Amino acid sequence: MKPAPFDYAKPASLEEAFSLLDGHGEDARLLAGGQSLLPTLNMRLSAPAILVDISALEALRGISIDNGMLRIGALTTHTELKASKEVARAAPLLAEAASHIAHPAVRNRGTFGGSLAHADPAAELPACVLALDASLEIAGRGGTRKVAAADFFHGLFETDLGPGEILTAVEVPVLRKGFRSGFAEFARRSGDFAMSALAAHGRFDGERVHELRLVYAGVDIRPVRAQTAEQTVEGKAVTADLLADAMARLGDDLDPMDDPHASGVMKLHLSGVLLGRVLSAMAGAHR
Amino acid sequence: MTDKSPLSIHDLPNSYIGRSVPRPNTRRLAEGRGAFTDDLTLARMAHVAFVRSPHAHAEIKSIDVSPAEKSPGVIRIVAGEEMARHCTPWVGVLTHLKGLKSAPQYALAVGRVRWQGEPVVAVVARTRAAAEDAAALVEVSYEPLEPVVDMETALDPSTPVLHPELGDNLAFERIVDAGDVDAAFAEADFVADEVLHFGRHTGVTLEPRVLVADYNPGAGKLTVHMSTQAPHMMKNIFATHTGIDEDDVRVICKDVGGSFGIKIHTYPDDMAAVALSVMLKRPVKFVADRLESFVSDIHARDHRVKAKIAVRGGRITAIEIDDLTGIGPYSVYPRTSAVECNQVLNLVGGPYDFANYRAVGRVVLQNKNIMCQYRAVGHPVAFGVTEALVDSAARAADMDPAELRRNSLVPDDAYPYTGASGIRFEALSHQKSFEKMLQLMDYEGLRAEQARLRENGVYRGIGLAAMIEVTNPSPMFYGVGGAHISARDGVTIRLDPTGGVTCATGVTEQGQGTEAMIAQIAASAIGVPLEKVRVVTGDTETTPYGGGTWASRGAGIAGEAALQAGRALRGNILAVAAAMLQAEADTLDIRNAAVVDTDSGSERITLADLGKTVYFRGNELPDGVSPELVATRHYSPRQYPFAFTNGVQACWLEVDPDSGFVQLLDFWVVEDCGTVINPQLVDEQIRGGVVQGIGAALYEHCLYDDQGNMRNATMADYLVPMATEMPDITIEHLETPTAESVLGAKGVGEAGTAGAPAAVFNAINDAIGVLGGKITAIPATPESILKALGKV
Ligand SMILES: Cc1cc2nc3c(=O)[nH]c(=O)nc-3n(C[C@H](O)[C@H](O)[C@H](O)COP(=O)(O)OP(=O)(O)OC[C@H]3O[C@@H](n4cnc5c(N)ncnc54)[C@H](O)[C@@H]3O)c2cc1C
Repeated sequence: MKPAPFDYAKPASLEEAFSLLDGHGEDARLLAGGQSLLPTLNMRLSAPAILVDISALEALRGISIDNGMLRIGALTTHTELKASKEVARAAPLLAEAASHIAHPAVRNRGTFGGSLAHADPAAELPACVLALDASLEIAGRGGTRKVAAADFFHGLFETDLGPGEILTAVEVPVLRKGFRSGFAEFARRSGDFAMSALAAHGRFDGERVHELRLVYAGVDIRPVRAQTAEQTVEGKAVTADLLADAMARLGDDLDPMDDPHASGVMKLHLSGVLLGRVLSAMAGAHR
Repeated sequence: MTDKSPLSIHDLPNSYIGRSVPRPNTRRLAEGRGAFTDDLTLARMAHVAFVRSPHAHAEIKSIDVSPAEKSPGVIRIVAGEEMARHCTPWVGVLTHLKGLKSAPQYALAVGRVRWQGEPVVAVVARTRAAAEDAAALVEVSYEPLEPVVDMETALDPSTPVLHPELGDNLAFERIVDAGDVDAAFAEADFVADEVLHFGRHTGVTLEPRVLVADYNPGAGKLTVHMSTQAPHMMKNIFATHTGIDEDDVRVICKDVGGSFGIKIHTYPDDMAAVALSVMLKRPVKFVADRLESFVSDIHARDHRVKAKIAVRGGRITAIEIDDLTGIGPYSVYPRTSAVECNQVLNLVGGPYDFANYRAVGRVVLQNKNIMCQYRAVGHPVAFGVTEALVDSAARAADMDPAELRRNSLVPDDAYPYTGASGIRFEALSHQKSFEKMLQLMDYEGLRAEQARLRENGVYRGIGLAAMIEVTNPSPMFYGVGGAHISARDGVTIRLDPTGGVTCATGVTEQGQGTEAMIAQIAASAIGVPLEKVRVVTGDTETTPYGGGTWASRGAGIAGEAALQAGRALRGNILAVAAAMLQAEADTLDIRNAAVVDTDSGSERITLADLGKTVYFRGNELPDGVSPELVATRHYSPRQYPFAFTNGVQACWLEVDPDSGFVQLLDFWVVEDCGTVINPQLVDEQIRGGVVQGIGAALYEHCLYDDQGNMRNATMADYLVPMATEMPDITIEHLETPTAESVLGAKGVGEAGTAGAPAAVFNAINDAIGVLGGKITAIPATPESILKALGKV
C-alpha cells in the first residue's frame, strides 16, 4: 500500500497552479485535504505524476455573506463548515450534513471543494449543494465561470471540471423566509458513507410545503433529485397519507444499485423511510 | 521500611493477587515508545512485496519478471518453483484429528493458485515502495478454473476437486453419538429446529502481520523478529522448512499490536520472507498491508449448522446438530483447520445437563482465503447454536427462556461432570452465575419495560447466553497430535544485587497484560513491591521454552509457573538469609523486598543487601552456603484436558422495524474464570471480547462473489465494531478456582467473544418475534432484519 512515485508542488498563487496544471496536463492532480485522493494513491487506483497541493491558495479560503449570497471557499474544511456561524444562519443544511461526514480527524482535513470535486456518489455535500441550488465557481487560465450544482455532477466521480480548472468557491443563496431544510441518513456505523442519505430543502407556508427539493446520496452514480416525490407533495399539507403516497412513488425517481452493504431494494426502502422522517421533522419544526 | 511502599505488612503475602494495579508497559506505549517489529531497521535490510493471485482458482501459465527486474531498486524476484527449493511445503494435519487431510502448501504458489490473494511471486527491493513498483510490472498469465465457492456444494460430484490427489473436497468429518437421541426426540414434549449461518469474518489486528528475517551466514544463524503469539512454535517451523538447525534459529517478539489468533499460523508470505533472507543472506522485512491482510490473514467461522432440540418436563433432553464449514483450500499448519469444527461438536450444549447428543461435523475445502483458529475458536458458533435452540424451544414450549435455562443448566453440585459430548468439567458455577445475572440485569424489570414499550411501537429484546470457555489447554489439544506446540510453560525468576527481580517467560505479551500478570504473581510470591519486578517475554533465546499466548492459557499456565518459581526463589533467599542471620528459615519472611522476622515484622536485611553480599562479598557467607538466587518452574495441566470456565452474557437492544437498524442499549456479563489476578485486565479482556463478538453478530463479514473474490477487503467496506455503537458492558465475577493449580486461575481471553454473538442474536429475535420476524444468520444486517420482517 505504497503509492507509485509522484512529484509534489505547492503553488503560492492560482497563476502558478495553472502553470503547473498546463505543464503536466493529465498527469497532474490537485491535492486539497487528501482524504479521498491519498487512499486512492496508496491503493494504486490512480498514479498521477505530480500532485499540485492547493492548500496554500488564500483565494480558496474563507466564508462570507454578501448580497444575499453565502460564499464558501473551496478549502473550507468540514470542521469549519460545521462550526461556522454564517453557515449555521444562511445554510444550516450544510452544517447539519457535515456532522455526518466521517470522523473528526477526516473532517479536520477534508475540504468542501474536495468533496464536490471528488463527487463520491455517497457523499453528503454534493447532495446538499444540489438541494440548495448552489452555484459552483470554477477558475481556469481563461477566467472564472459559474456552474449550477444541477449541471456539475456528471457521473461516478465525474464532474463538469475540465482539465486545468480549479473549483474555487461555492455560492449558496441565503436561507429565505419560510424555507427550511432537513437532513438524515442511514449508515451502518456513525461516520460511514451512507446507504442512503436525504438532503431536503423547501418552503413551508403553514402546513403546506412548496418548492421542495429532495436530493438523495448513496443511491445512484451521482446525487439525484426525487422529482416525482417532490411533485406529489407540492403545495400540500404534510400528512401521513401524503408521505405514504410520496414514498410509494419514490421508485419512479430512484433505481438504486446493489453494493456490499445493501441491495438496491433495501436502499429504496430506506430512502422512503428517510423521506417520511425528514419531511415530518421539517413540517414539525415549522409548527 | 520505606513509607512510599504500596504494601502494608498486613496484606502480604499475595497482596497483588486480585488487585487492579496498572500495567507496567502502558506508559511506554502511551508515550509512543513501543517497540513494534516494523520499527526495526537493520543494516542492508531489504523489503519484500508479493504479487498475489487475482483469481480464486487458476492455472499459472507463465510468469514474466523481466520488465520488473529492471525496475529501480529491485534486488531479487522469486516465483514458486525456485522458492520451493529453499522452503519446503507443509501439510496442516494432526494425527488425533482422525482422517483430516490436506495438500502440501507452498510458500509461493506452484502450478495452480487456489485463492484470491495467494502469494505467487515475491519481489525484493530496497524499499517497500520500490518492491511494489516492480510487483506491478510482473506479468503472470493465468488460465482461470472453475472456483469452488459455496461450501454447501463443495462435496457435490459435479464440483471440481481442489487437490486431485486428495480425491474429494472433504477435509475432515467427525460424528458424535451419545445417549439415545432418537428416543429422546420421540418422547419430547416439544421439539424446535433451526438452520443457522455464521458468517466468515477475520480478526482485524491494529498492527498487521510483520516480520524481519535476518539470516547471518557467518554464524549460520537465523533470527526472525516478528509479531507473533508463539515464538517457540515459529522457531520450530522456520527451522523445519528452511533446513536450518532448530538450535540456530531465534525468534524475537517485542510489542504486539493485537493478535486474536491471527498471528499463530504458518503463512506462505511469512515463510517466503524468511526463506528470502536465507537466500539473499541479508535481512528481509515483510509487513502485510491492510489490503493484503484481508485476503491473507486467516478467516474464521463460516459455519452452516442444522440443529434440533428436545424438551421434556420443562428441561432440555436432547440436541442434534449437523455442522458444515468451509476452510479455504488448505488446512492451516500446524494447528489445522479442523479444530474449529471439532470444538463446535465438543461445545454445543456445554452449559446444560442432558445426555442425548448427536453431531455430525464436516469440513470442506474451497477456493476462498484460508481459515483457522481465531479468538474463541468454535465457541460463538457452538453457543450461537445452543442458545438459539434454547430460545426456540422456550417459544415452542411457551416457557420463559430464563426458566428453561434455569431448569437445564448443569447443577453447581454436580461436579466433576462429563458433558454429553464427552468434555469433562472440574467445577463450574452455572446456577449461581445465572441467578446473579438475572439480578444484575433486573430481568423481571426489563421484561415489564419491554411489554410496556411494545404498546408504543418500540421493539426491544432481551438476549441471554450461557457459555463455557476452553482455557488452560493440556497437551491433549495439539501436542498429542504431533505438533511441536508446547502445552507447558515456564518462568525463570532471578534476584539481582540491586534487589530487583527479573522474570523470563515463554508466554507472550499481545497487549493484553501478560507481563503485568506475571509481575503481580512473582512480586506476591516473593514478597517484593511490583516496581522491583521486570518481565522478559518474546525471545526464544532468553526465555524458558513454552507455548506462548493462545487458548486463554497465559495466566492459568505461566501464572502458576510464576507462582511456583517465585515461591522457590523465596525459599532460596530465606535459606541464605537464615545462614547469614543465624536464624531458622521458617521464622523469617520476605516483605516489601526485605527479609523480616515473621512474628514481629522487624526488618533483618533488605534483599538488595542480601544480593550484594551474595554477589560481591561471598566471602562473608558461612561455609557450606551455596546461594541460588535464580529459580525456574514449569507448569502444564495434566488432570483435565482443559480448565473450563463458565459465564452468562445478556444483551438489551432495540430494533427499528422501519430501517432494520439495531441499537445496543445494555450488555452484562457474569464470568467465572477462577482466581482473578488483575480485575481490570480481566474486565478489559471481557469487554474487548464482547465487542469482537458484537462485531461478529452485527458487522463483520468477509463477503465473496460467486467467482471467489472477496468484495469488501478494505476497512471502508469490512465493518469492524466502533466505539460509538457499543453499549456499556457491566461485568461481575464469581470465582471457582481450579484445584489443579495452586493459583487456581483459569483463562478469560476469549469468553467475551464466545458468548456475545448468541446474546445479540437472541435479543434481536426477542425484539422482532412479536412482529413475526426471525433472523437465522449473523452478522444480522439491517437488510437481513427487514427481510425477516418481510419489508424488503
Ligand atoms: C475514513 C474516511 C471516511 C470518510 N467518510 C466520508 C463520509 O462519510 N462522507 C463524505 O462525504 N466523505 C467522506 N470521506 C471523504 C472526505 O469527506 C474527503 O474529505 C472528501 O471526499 C475530499 O476532500 P479532500 O479535501 O480531502 O480532497 P482530496 O482528497 O485532496 O481530493 C479529492 C479529489 O478532488 C480533487 N480536488 C480537490 N480539491 C479540488 C478543487 N478545489 N478543485 C478541483 N479539484 C479538486 C482532487 O484532485 C482529487 O481528485 C471520508 C474519508 C475518509 C478517509
